[in-house]
Amino acid sequence: MHSLDVAFAALADPTRRAILARLAQGEATVMELVKPFRLTQPAISQHLKVLEKAGLIKRRVEGTKRPCRLAEQGVREIDGWLGMLRQALATNYDRLDEILAEMEGKKGRRKR
Amino acid sequence: MSKMTLKTEGERYVVVQRKFAASPEAVYRAHTDAKLIQRWMLGPDGWTMPVCINEAKPGGKIRFEWTDGKGNGFYLTGEYVALEPYSRIVHVERMHLPDPTPDNQVETRFEADGSGTLMTMRMALPDEKTRAAMLATGMEQGMEASYVRLEGLIAETAKNASA
Repeated sequence: MHSLDVAFAALADPTRRAILARLAQGEATVMELVKPFRLTQPAISQHLKVLEKAGLIKRRVEGTKRPCRLAEQGVREIDGWLGMLRQALATNYDRLDEILAEMEGKKGRRKR
Repeated sequence: MSKMTLKTEGERYVVVQRKFAASPEAVYRAHTDAKLIQRWMLGPDGWTMPVCINEAKPGGKIRFEWTDGKGNGFYLTGEYVALEPYSRIVHVERMHLPDPTPDNQVETRFEADGSGTLMTMRMALPDEKTRAAMLATGMEQGMEASYVRLEGLIAETAKNASA
């Protein structure tokens, strides 16, 4: 598992999100990413390094190339944790709605 | 459900917002009265909070114990830092899974919003170890359906990029 802080830092950058979006469609090499993003090769490489460190992409060696792909597990892990939090809170607040309705109802009756 | 938003703020925080059809006073009380907390701060269906200690005063102790009745359980301890009725609560909390997670300072604000209340809760993102421990509590079961889809964020970025 990778640090969620590192993953969110990686995701905070729009270019890196766009690179992930591109990789979601399939594997790509640095050179294949240079063209659509109109960035230099070192700039792309730097972004890829951040994404790899965050556990969001994986790279393999193919001759002199190092193609990148989305790391499903890294993506799912962030998803999973935030999903758990969201679900627990949403369920809590739906319950709270009922309690608040009850509280406001009692207050109304007292007023009358 | 759509009334709630959950966003990450920068690299370090999660911000949750939710509207309630009740006064800030009622929402604040539901967050500070142990008897009320015990009825709603339960997480997924099936979980209960047999122990709820909540001393709503600066320095006051917090202790919530949850169980799913099937052998899974954990507890949370904390202290109140500041309370401003009926607008703001600051507290520190840590979960015991069973090892204590790093302290997390949580700020909860209540603002009048029309005839209701807008609640904003801001807390730190947990570290890697904490997340793993939280996911191991069994709370994640049956939650796949409502996951926040990172794929959604990615698809959105892709759409904006091509627009």
